[in-house]
Amino acid sequence: METFENTSRRSFMKIAAAAGGGLFLGFNWTNATASPVVVHAKDVAAGTVNFNSYLSIGTDNIITIVSPNPEIGQGIKTAFPMVVAEELDADWKTVKTVQGNLDPAAFERQVTGGSGAVPHSWERLRQAGATARYLLVEAAAARWKVQPTECSTSDGKVFHKASGKSLSYGELVEEASKLTAPKEVKLKEEKDFKLIGKSVRNVDNHNIATGKPLFGLDFHREGMLFAVIQRPKAFGFKLQSVDDKAARAMPGIVDVVTFENSVAVVGKSTWQVNKARLALKIEYEKAADLESSSDHNRIFQDLLNNGEATVRRKDGDVHTAFKNAAKVIKAEYQCPFLAHSPLEPMNFFAHVRADGVELVGPTQTPDRARGEVAKLTGFPVEKISVEITRQGGGFGRRLAADFVVEAAHVSKLVKAPVKVIWTREDDMTGGIYRPAVRYRFEAALDKSGELIGYKLRGVGMNAGNSTREDNFPSGSVDNLLIDSVDHKSPITTGPWRAPITNFLAYAEQSFLDEVAEAAGKDPIEFRLNLLEKAKKQPAGEVKYDIDRMIAVIKLARDKSNWGKKKGVHQGFSVYFSHRSYVAQVGEVVIEKGKPILKNVIAAVDCGIVINLSGSLQQVRGGVVDGLGHAMYGNMTFKNGAADQTNFDGFRLIRMSEIPEVDVHFVDNGISPTGLGEPALPPTGGAVANAFYKATKQRLRNQPFIEEPLFKGIS
Amino acid sequence: MALFKLTVNKRAYQADVEGDTPLLWVLRDNLGLVGTKYGCGIAQCGACTVHLDGKAVRSCVLPVSAIGQGKVTTIEGLSDKGDHPVQQAWDEVDVAQCGYCQAGQIMTAAALLKEKPKPTDEEIVNTMNGNICRCGTYHRIHEAVKVAASKTK
Repeated sequence: METFENTSRRSFMKIAAAAGGGLFLGFNWTNATASPVVVHAKDVAAGTVNFNSYLSIGTDNIITIVSPNPEIGQGIKTAFPMVVAEELDADWKTVKTVQGNLDPAAFERQVTGGSGAVPHSWERLRQAGATARYLLVEAAAARWKVQPTECSTSDGKVFHKASGKSLSYGELVEEASKLTAPKEVKLKEEKDFKLIGKSVRNVDNHNIATGKPLFGLDFHREGMLFAVIQRPKAFGFKLQSVDDKAARAMPGIVDVVTFENSVAVVGKSTWQVNKARLALKIEYEKAADLESSSDHNRIFQDLLNNGEATVRRKDGDVHTAFKNAAKVIKAEYQCPFLAHSPLEPMNFFAHVRADGVELVGPTQTPDRARGEVAKLTGFPVEKISVEITRQGGGFGRRLAADFVVEAAHVSKLVKAPVKVIWTREDDMTGGIYRPAVRYRFEAALDKSGELIGYKLRGVGMNAGNSTREDNFPSGSVDNLLIDSVDHKSPITTGPWRAPITNFLAYAEQSFLDEVAEAAGKDPIEFRLNLLEKAKKQPAGEVKYDIDRMIAVIKLARDKSNWGKKKGVHQGFSVYFSHRSYVAQVGEVVIEKGKPILKNVIAAVDCGIVINLSGSLQQVRGGVVDGLGHAMYGNMTFKNGAADQTNFDGFRLIRMSEIPEVDVHFVDNGISPTGLGEPALPPTGGAVANAFYKATKQRLRNQPFIEEPLFKGIS
Repeated sequence: MALFKLTVNKRAYQADVEGDTPLLWVLRDNLGLVGTKYGCGIAQCGACTVHLDGKAVRSCVLPVSAIGQGKVTTIEGLSDKGDHPVQQAWDEVDVAQCGYCQAGQIMTAAALLKEKPKPTDEEIVNTMNGNICRCGTYHRIHEAVKVAASKTK
């Protein structure tokens, strides 16, 4: 496993030896304005220097950078070094990326979530690359006895045009390492980018395609035990008694330990512990309501009508607006619970020793995991290390630390290194779902079809604020009321890729389609008019960039040839989330009497595109994910227990079910924002609106496959 | 427990396991070949796909006792240098997001191309439909199978 322990002497030695001496540029990732520090190779080799993060250039021309954020498929491990290499004018072929382990002193925000890593680190990464380049140019100029301004750089070399001389970075690092890093360096202009905006392949492609041990589940330690955990089979159950005699007698079983509501079977192989687990006899008692999906439907209606709502945003006077309305449109939209289903199920390695804890595995929040393990074990955080592996998807599930704490708990009880593995069934029935939500929308139109009033009430299951009250159309409607009610359910929930907006965007964008139709307006024109209104006469605060939203709308309209394709039924959607703007057009055709989704056109503004290949796939993957879960995703419950336990019951989208996805990026030179989430929220709406165009049937509930339109269609 | 003799990637192995142990777990836990992935355990997702005598099989539901003299190929043994046309195509097309399902996708695609060196789009979809990619890289998987087919003589 290619990982790097920031604070261990052993690893410094390893890296220093690999680089064969050279320039080590220590820089403070947490603070873009702090000046970097040049560290001498010999100090690094001796382990006497402990700097934050680093960029190293070896005499062998190998450039190594630490990528601190967990890689779950969002492409950060490729995109981060690209930014450094751009400013450094490095030869990309010689750049090596190393996954950084948890080190909060070095890396602020060592989290994968909220599509936030790129906007957070963009300037910091550029500074790092540009500083190293500056020092190498200084070193070359000194050796040639020329002015640095006469020198240029490209592909890992410094050139002096007048004399025709050139030196590779590796040849200059010893001299560069004796120079003092400047406080400020000049960054490139966008027009001079050579690497950023190009397609660069995933740095782990070869290891992935050849089956190298990269993922948490692949981690192995000599003498390690395997464990599976039996958790309560229903939300609301509490453990009463355990009879583990039969399980203990099974081959390969080392121990069975019980803690809280869990029973862990620990043994010598995955299969053995899974088999022995079936022999456990566990009694549970009811400790909370055992909810069923039918209860949720009733609760939603009750809370929509009678719930005590928290006001999230209030502009103007909705009461008067609705009283004076020429037309009122009402609709409700509902979505179910969803499992995250990362293809690598939850797992973690833990070794609770007498002097500290070692943790290894896939987590989106290593710092949170460490903090919770510190609470459990009583060790100070400095005594707990977290090695971050590559992760087989996350989708928000790995933001929780439950699976890390459990592993530590088991290791603590059995006093041995343990890898806890969740079966797919454990993963799917174990909770922390995307919460089910129901929305009620009401719109008031005046005689000319202008939107004069807008109301949204969200009811969620442990969703907290199930609205995003400042998103469009807020700011464009004079009289607006957005509130929410929450139901506390024993079914556990948590963030799921594009939290809340993964469903709210679809509901809002579908409802706006209904309102546009009632107003007798083209859905795109309708939105553009509202945005123009928000610009000229904003209602309350506008917390999105109106021009950027207009730009993606127009790009999607133009690229889809909106309204001009014969026999193609188009549906529109636009959404701002996680700092990026995405508009989508879904295209449905009727084939043999059936509506078929053929194409999704996506117009994306995430500022400067760093890795074109990775970004294209983030958008396509986001559309496929958004479509798949809108169409098929459904977790239901009976008496507190999940009905779907594996992929035979919980349907994930497959190759035969995807449309073409055309992706277009806005080129506006704005600092980049994230892409891990923003392409997903608009998809459900674009698709539902296209199906409506084709069939005149609204899809107001997810999964769509359960709606009347698709009954009888597999 | 019994001793099973296996031929995996042209190498002889033996594993002391119960006969009902799925090949997947023998590969991963006993032989240290962790390139073959666990995704569902019920032959729904294809992450565990390996070749048995050249044919794609789901190792998560294949008991080790059923293998007999069969020759097993895993992702680690698909090629000596990681340069099988399918592996090359996966890199060229830059298929992977998280990468977890891709070993299974590659093994499924390699078995398809062995049987049908020039598959139609429909044959590609029908075959690859058995493999789930949770990240949604299906467009590129499809394209990569075609690129691999163009490399296969």
